[in-house]
Amino acid sequence: MEAFIDGISAISPQKTLDGSVFLQELQEYKGVHALKCIEPPYSDFLDPMASRRMSRIVKMGACAAMKCLKEASLENPGAIITGTGLGCIEDTEKFLTSLYTNEEKLLNPTPFIQSTHNTVAAAIALMLKCNSYNNTYVHRGFSFESALLDGLMLLHEGTAERVLVGGLDELTNHSFAITNRLGFWKRQPIDSLRLLEYKSKGSLAGEGVAFFALNREKSEKTIAMIRSIDTIFNPGTPAETERRLSVFVEKAAGGMGKLDLIVLGMNGDPEMDEVYRHLVNTLFGLVPCAYFKHLCGEYDTASSFALYLAAAILKEQKVPEAIRLDKRSIGQIKNILVYNHVRNSNHSMFVVSAC
Amino acid sequence: MSDRVFVTGIGVISALGFDIDETASALQKSKSGIGRISLFDTVYKEEIPVAEVKASNIELAERAQVKQDGLFSRTSLLGLIAARQALSQAQVRDFAGTRTGLISATTTGGMDRSERFFKEYLKNNRRGRLRDIVTHDCGNSTEIIAKQTGIRDYVTTISTACSSSANAILLGARLVQNGMLDRVLAGGVDALTLFTLNGFNSLMILDRNGCKPFDEERNGLTLGEGAGFLMIESESLAKKQGKTILGEVKGYGNACDAHHQTASSPEGNGAYLSMEKALITAGLKPAMIDYINAHGTGTKNNDLSEGIAIKRLFQDSVPAFSSTKAYTGHTLGAAGAIEAVFCIMALQHQWLYPNLNFRQTMKELGFSPVASFQHHVPVRYIMSNSFGFGGNNTSIIFSGC
Repeated sequence: MEAFIDGISAISPQKTLDGSVFLQELQEYKGVHALKCIEPPYSDFLDPMASRRMSRIVKMGACAAMKCLKEASLENPGAIITGTGLGCIEDTEKFLTSLYTNEEKLLNPTPFIQSTHNTVAAAIALMLKCNSYNNTYVHRGFSFESALLDGLMLLHEGTAERVLVGGLDELTNHSFAITNRLGFWKRQPIDSLRLLEYKSKGSLAGEGVAFFALNREKSEKTIAMIRSIDTIFNPGTPAETERRLSVFVEKAAGGMGKLDLIVLGMNGDPEMDEVYRHLVNTLFGLVPCAYFKHLCGEYDTASSFALYLAAAILKEQKVPEAIRLDKRSIGQIKNILVYNHVRNSNHSMFVVSAC
Repeated sequence: MSDRVFVTGIGVISALGFDIDETASALQKSKSGIGRISLFDTVYKEEIPVAEVKASNIELAERAQVKQDGLFSRTSLLGLIAARQALSQAQVRDFAGTRTGLISATTTGGMDRSERFFKEYLKNNRRGRLRDIVTHDCGNSTEIIAKQTGIRDYVTTISTACSSSANAILLGARLVQNGMLDRVLAGGVDALTLFTLNGFNSLMILDRNGCKPFDEERNGLTLGEGAGFLMIESESLAKKQGKTILGEVKGYGNACDAHHQTASSPEGNGAYLSMEKALITAGLKPAMIDYINAHGTGTKNNDLSEGIAIKRLFQDSVPAFSSTKAYTGHTLGAAGAIEAVFCIMALQHQWLYPNLNFRQTMKELGFSPVASFQHHVPVRYIMSNSFGFGGNNTSIIFSGC
């Protein structure tokens, strides 16, 4: 299953609201534990009256969606599909806090309403008055992948001609503090662009929103195409991942030899990165490799940032030095494999190609 | 889009009982599961009725065939119980040679534990047991069901508020029809929590006397909990393995009301569209539907909007319809799947369910739901509606075999 990508947009810790600026000016964060998004002036895309009541994740999501649709000249998508690992946690925390502090009395319902995981997809539909198919996936490191597969299927079925698909997750002070207690993040502050140099346990926390306008047909807006997507749930060994990935690449791109770049989800935690190292030393052979989580941090839907990055690279035909894992020469870039996993349990892969 | 999609196993747990037999018995006796809150402390204990699954987590763990070592959320336990029933009825014992997926749905995941964590954490951010927070996310219960049952070819979770598990069934059917999977265990689960109780209470839509869907005097919904799962398989696989076919997923429609974050449009646009799309994919005319298992929450807004949409679509041939939420309470993310199980049971046994607590016809509608339990009614096609916050509306049509 494949689709043409007519529009991309992201709000991330990088200057992604403009795709070409992003690749030229990578943001470095010094002495941090977490990366937060560079938020745009929302009034360029959202009605201030409406956005006043929106939480941060809803604003980021709705804004990125509007920008993406504008780029693709798509007014009324045939589907709006989002993926989010943790959903609207700021509002969830807000409602829980008021529930306990006010002892269940006289609670403001707004944070409860907006705590629902499908709030962003619904807000976009509401802004567009879009009655089309609307769905939200909430499965850890498969959240964005499930949304993407659903979108590809809708195009394949002919149920929709053009769809909007997005991945989104927010980091809050509470969610950072709790996941920090769970040992997800490095204890010492780090310089983000040197993420892989630290040998300590844990990763760098992150967040972000990325949206994609997918088209069944190639159009004048087409930037790239997504060829195929697959997921592996709890692979037993790196060898199993290698086998599955090899079959996938053969089918999606015609073999490893056809790949011009591989974008990997290394997150700086030696245990989590083991499988990537295994693959770099075996299956990937001499294909140039890159990584991305030093740009956006680790979160459930970070693979949506990777798709944004891959599409931007294909469009600009430029790979920043700071994302490269080797010095192999890179010529014209036609096919990029993105391979990512979240907590070694949810593995995903997709091929993005120039067209 | 060739293969037909058959239902070969169903599983359910709710305030009506722990399995299909207990559920069937309560349904036939018109016995509601609504009662008092016993699961957790709340200031609304005496005031707001709910429909609880009448068992502690320790008892549920036993039924789920897992050791209750304090690592499972109530959500996971409920889900696992219903999932195992569906697998067992479908006689799925091993997964070799077939591509099997698990699609679950939930609105608040393991909130039953994380809200306890958060209470302690709020007092001091070093406090709160971490084992109570790791089950928070929606994927947790799904992965527990996947690991316990051995399903691993495709695993995902959907959350579209109260239509979540209807969308899980819809996705499962599409994955089979697109040839991505041979069979899918699809359904959903939600446990009662202080969070949702207070959430719906803050919206002032909880009926103090138990819900009365489609009644002129209806005054809100009643929360419930539970899980439902359906084993759905491709026609070719089901036939090859000589499976007993319980029903067929005939059609489905997903549409967005795009009217308001919580309120449904007065003309029921989203509901109209999801029902219409379901009829189109099923290749059926409105008059061919024998029964609608309505979303019918009992709120002023939902029942009016849904009723008007039914009136607009079915016009002079409004079929028999009822909401079963006065039996089970509104089980949120589980509702679509639990009600889908009820639909399959109705097709198997030729039943129609009563809309408990109904007394007076809504004056805007002029038609009434099924009043009492009915046996031996010819039922071939059933439509099941599930509508959620955000205007997420989904309708599914099941047919008998």
